[in-house]
Amino acid sequence: MLDKNGIAKRIAKEVRDGYYVNLGIGIPTLVANYVRDDIEVEFQSENGVLGMGPFPFEGEEDADIINAGKQTITTLPGASFFDSATSFSMIRGQHVDLTILGAMEVSENGDIANWKIPGKMVKGMGGAMDLVASAENIIVAMMHTNRAGASKLLKRCSLPLTGVGCVKKVVTNLAVMEVTKKGFKLLERAPGVSVEDIQNATEGTLIVDGDIPEMNL
Amino acid sequence: MISKKVANVQDALEGVKDNMTFMFGGFGLSGIPENSIAELVRLGVKGLKCISNNAGVDDFGLGLLLQGKQIDKMTSSYVGENDEFERQMLSGELDVELIPQGTLAERCRAAQAGFPAIYTPAGYGTEVAEGKETREFDGKMYVLEYAFKADFAFVKAWKGDEAGNLIFKGTARNFNPNMCGAAKITVAEVEELVPVGTLDPNQIHIPGIFVKRIFQGERYEKRIEQRTVRQRD
Repeated sequence: MLDKNGIAKRIAKEVRDGYYVNLGIGIPTLVANYVRDDIEVEFQSENGVLGMGPFPFEGEEDADIINAGKQTITTLPGASFFDSATSFSMIRGQHVDLTILGAMEVSENGDIANWKIPGKMVKGMGGAMDLVASAENIIVAMMHTNRAGASKLLKRCSLPLTGVGCVKKVVTNLAVMEVTKKGFKLLERAPGVSVEDIQNATEGTLIVDGDIPEMNL
Repeated sequence: MISKKVANVQDALEGVKDNMTFMFGGFGLSGIPENSIAELVRLGVKGLKCISNNAGVDDFGLGLLLQGKQIDKMTSSYVGENDEFERQMLSGELDVELIPQGTLAERCRAAQAGFPAIYTPAGYGTEVAEGKETREFDGKMYVLEYAFKADFAFVKAWKGDEAGNLIFKGTARNFNPNMCGAAKITVAEVEELVPVGTLDPNQIHIPGIFVKRIFQGERYEKRIEQRTVRQRD
């Protein structure tokens, strides 16, 4: 079974040379730590920066340079700043190659819910609805089950949706799955996790075709 | 040169009244019009309808207007990090409309650019699109979203000149340029108001035509919400 860093490490393998990537808050943010250093990748943050670098050294924080999580950041050579409309032109206009975000629920047809729990959590969707409505390549990073042990991979989402039929791939602490017309197609198992374990933790349709390899991290 | 310069924040906010609709630039606490917000608190105007990506924190930014119960309605994309906001929303004192961040930006830009509405794919199939007109283009569904209508837009820039030309810094730019000229009156506050002719015309982010009044803010706190650093080796 993987921890959050393990999930990020596995997803980092999906990042290719020349990609512009938008990382959501939480596990997705960790992906930047594991991207191979022999490829060129630029990270976009929807508040208006392309070419994000690591956190600043202590004493070098700048209130005017933050990421979408409102954390102080730095920029790398070649970086640019822009306004919010331009930022979402990059996103809606499909200029961003890969979007990685967290979720509370994903359904077998690729619907995603990650912005609201009625009566409990009403913080808002931020840029998530714009991201999922347009991105060609969306990977969800999340735990396979919630804190109560219930599956987050469902036949249908029970929470208010963020987007419909948009998720292409899901990477959890147990497995890598592709969203297909027939359901979640199991591609890889996490180390030490059996197909049965994954089946038991998945409420939606799980397609198991032949031998399922263990993840190569 | 057409001068947009006003003497101070009091003159910049002339005409502000109860029940008006205001736009505020800023992402989190970055690039918010601190001096205009402080003056709105001092004026005590009430019944405000505010368009802003976020709602500040309890004791800073728009949180200051919430504390004084000056806001009736917020249109935002993300409103975490604010207990008073949550309390007023759950008790029904505050009307909240949550919309996708890109839609918020584009509804500002549409107002600035003279478009009555725009079609966006964001929110299609979700509760955000309920009751809204939708339309198919090339096999994909889109939601019709209207341009905002606002009385004042309060924006903050790094540098500006008397002609109203603006230059922003870093990610403090965010919604500020999109709101310039998107309301009946755009008030720009700047950290530094420089003499006309000092700014390179090639480097202007927002031409002065979009700005009605400009002033230099008395002071900027520029509070950091999440101070994240790395250690030196």
